[in-house]
Amino acid sequence: MGAEHETVVPALNQGGGVLSTRAIAWLSQRRGREGSGSKNIGGWSALAIGVALLVSVPIFVVFAYIFVPAGDVWRHLVDTVLGAYVVNTLWLVFGVGMGVFVMGVGTAWLVTMCRFPGRALLEWGLLLPLAVPAYAIAYTYGGLLEYSGPVQSTLRIWFGWSRGDYWFPEIRSVGGAAVVLAFVLYPYVYMLARAAFLEQSVCVIEIGRTLGRGPWRGFTSIALPLARPAIVTGISLALMETLSDFGAVQHLGVVTFTTGIFRTWFGLGDQAAAAQLAAILLAFVFLLIVGERLTRGRAQFHHTSRRYRELPRYSLRGGWAAVAFLACLLPIILGFLLPGGQLLAWVAETESGTSGGRLWWNAANSLMLAGGASAIAVAVALLLAYGVRLNPNPVTKSATRVAGLGYAVPGSVIAVGILIPLAWFDNMVDDWLRTSFGVSSGLLLSGTIAALMFAYVVRFLAVSLNTVDASLAKVTPNMDGAARTLGMGSVATVGRVHAPIIAPSLMTAALLVFVDVMKELPATLILRPFDFNTLAVYAFELASDEQLREAAAPALTIVAAGLIPVALLSLAISRARPGRAQVAVRP
Amino acid sequence: MTANATVPGLLLANVSHRYEREPVLRGLDLEIARGQIICLLGPSGCGKTTCLRVAAGLEPIQEGRVEIAGVEVARSGFSVPPERRQVGLMFQDYALFPHLRVVDNVAFGVREGDKAAKRRVAMELLARLGVERYAKDYPHVLSGGEQQRVALARALAPQPVVMLLDEPFSGLDRRLRDRVRTDTLEVLRELSIATLLVTHDSEEAMLMSDSISLMRDGAVVQSGTADELYSQPESAFAASFFGEVNVIEGMAQNGVVVTPIGTLATLHKDGCKVRVFIRPEGLNLDAGPIDEATTTEAEVVESHMLGPICLVRLKMRGNFAPLTARVNEGGLWETGKRVRIRLDPERSFVFPASQEM
Repeated sequence: MGAEHETVVPALNQGGGVLSTRAIAWLSQRRGREGSGSKNIGGWSALAIGVALLVSVPIFVVFAYIFVPAGDVWRHLVDTVLGAYVVNTLWLVFGVGMGVFVMGVGTAWLVTMCRFPGRALLEWGLLLPLAVPAYAIAYTYGGLLEYSGPVQSTLRIWFGWSRGDYWFPEIRSVGGAAVVLAFVLYPYVYMLARAAFLEQSVCVIEIGRTLGRGPWRGFTSIALPLARPAIVTGISLALMETLSDFGAVQHLGVVTFTTGIFRTWFGLGDQAAAAQLAAILLAFVFLLIVGERLTRGRAQFHHTSRRYRELPRYSLRGGWAAVAFLACLLPIILGFLLPGGQLLAWVAETESGTSGGRLWWNAANSLMLAGGASAIAVAVALLLAYGVRLNPNPVTKSATRVAGLGYAVPGSVIAVGILIPLAWFDNMVDDWLRTSFGVSSGLLLSGTIAALMFAYVVRFLAVSLNTVDASLAKVTPNMDGAARTLGMGSVATVGRVHAPIIAPSLMTAALLVFVDVMKELPATLILRPFDFNTLAVYAFELASDEQLREAAAPALTIVAAGLIPVALLSLAISRARPGRAQVAVRP
Repeated sequence: MTANATVPGLLLANVSHRYEREPVLRGLDLEIARGQIICLLGPSGCGKTTCLRVAAGLEPIQEGRVEIAGVEVARSGFSVPPERRQVGLMFQDYALFPHLRVVDNVAFGVREGDKAAKRRVAMELLARLGVERYAKDYPHVLSGGEQQRVALARALAPQPVVMLLDEPFSGLDRRLRDRVRTDTLEVLRELSIATLLVTHDSEEAMLMSDSISLMRDGAVVQSGTADELYSQPESAFAASFFGEVNVIEGMAQNGVVVTPIGTLATLHKDGCKVRVFIRPEGLNLDAGPIDEATTTEAEVVESHMLGPICLVRLKMRGNFAPLTARVNEGGLWETGKRVRIRLDPERSFVFPASQEM
């Protein structure tokens, strides 16, 4: 039956970029049985399996390090910092989880179920913090709230305090990191919760009212339980981002696995220990995914009523309207306007021309990498999507799923998983050349643009795969059948029916990957060629040197790029209201 | 292509098809003359849609052969691709191309002429079906009935020999359905196209077709006119597929089966457990004086006036399931009334109890 409702889960992206709502929807979707017209195209299977294997190499490499005997560095890590990594990670997960739940669900409920001035604008504006990478908000809050920052300085001047006279929350702490992360990650929960509330048939809620539930009890006993699967998914996405974040925690001085991997790799020069840290981080991610599945359980609610009407919103007046307005405005201010404004102010303060040349150079690098990686990701996604369509057997299907797994894996883990086999390959070739011909090849693949591109494709393939998949699904097998019986061969069918229908989505897919690559930090830091910078790396290096004003320009550029998917998202959301599709069809 | 009247438009002979080793069609036979409309009727999953896809060339066959206008188009290991078969195909969901305007959807399959000529052909067909005013619209703004007409026009545009319709009216509401159905049939007959219509709705099949092929488990179990299938079902399945039936268990003895409400001749041998199927209109009610000695007596437990007929539920004495009768005289039968009932042998059928319904 086609009665399965399709949860509207559009894409979004964040700091290191998991895009995961798309990815998760993609992972959990079921496929119908498709036409089995062309069974003889076995090459597609082989190709799909090949791509899947290649893309999963980094994950397997890291996983394999669980079984490598621990070295001295590892024992040193266990004795000194590993405990802190685990404790900090758990605190972050807890803090961000609570924060995104309260902010995401609360604002989603207010904008979907209540009517108050400014609601429509806030409904859209609440997505804006998605455009701000976690490291960018960390730079701004770090700068604003530190001892010498404007906030504390102003307070000291106003009240005549001096150091030690007063207590002020320390931004460079686990708590501080959790707060800033929550402010840019809550939109995941907001978006999914909002979609879930909107999807709930108004009839169900009205029945609740007739059975004696007031607005509040109606929310807690009907709407919230029904939206639970979506909320759980949203929180897990936010937590996945939290686990993979490197820039924010590094800047705020919180040691976690991602900073640990980086430090062990570059500071201690121990690849095995870094890979073992990466393996533990991978285990955390795995636990998160399993936890999400278990919590969500079999709770996939199917809508029992197919009637939709404009939701009857509770009209809020006076004080309550003001409270609702402020409650929805606050996350936007703290998650977008304030950090964005601060970055803008810093850019204005810096003298133009001081770093203009380097900025453009790095921007060109970012564009080149993002353009290349998005083209490859879309091409590979097309290949896999057609593989499944032409040859829908379990092997191609699972190969395609494996190929999308990188979405859940933190960038630093992928980088480690790529660098180790590449270094091994380079050394092997080098040794062989030396012994055979007496020449050295040096590093062939490590630290090349190709390695970096490969990492991006591994990380973001799920994004393009899901978009391409969804658009190809719009071309129903029956349309193929219609085109064929109307005299088109298979090539003509692809050209005249498929291409025009999927082309816009291919653009969208490329754009989403593009923006994600622009934002990517940890994998780029580890894998980039020597002295090769991108905007994200450039901003990170300046911020590490406390040159926050100079870091503002590249960070702001990334935020601006990040607004593109947010705009796409809000467009998709406004179109995708269940029941609204019927409006287009005249009775 | 010559319009040879003796050559069937579509012929499927002993066709078998497996989907991932699971047989879907098992030795299916079907023949449709030009201008004839045949309904393929059966429950979901019986293979009707697969049969249609085989005829269109969208599925290969493992056994048997398919001919279109006397030319072999498929046998084991050989299949003329759909684009060279001269078949029109219309799906339940219409499958209109969302990126093309209505007129371009219809012009899509026209082979001859330049773009303007193709559009002219398309416009003529749209006008013929009364939807020319939507020519410049995109399909999604059309209602279901309009989309159906556009899909029909698109399938007709390449002048197919065979038209394949997959539940083409199921998406329409009842009122609209009757009108669209009539219009569609008229066009198909006029163009003398061999039409295969797939449906699971027995009433639709009876209404639309020259002949019905009743399918089950990948094979045709009975073919004939609507009257033949309704009045002379050859199996318990055929009897029960066309509307409601009353079932009474019994046993064959001396060439007859005796039921409380009448005796029926049967060819089944003595001692064979049988089921008697009685159509609701095959129960005659008599409100005359009750003779206590007879057992053919029942009580009206429920009664509904449905316009020209009255639907009566009856409870017989003894351990029998309630019976349903359709009566077209005597107005409303009051609840609680005691009546005599008798079965009409013309509208009752006997099949072995071992036969699946």
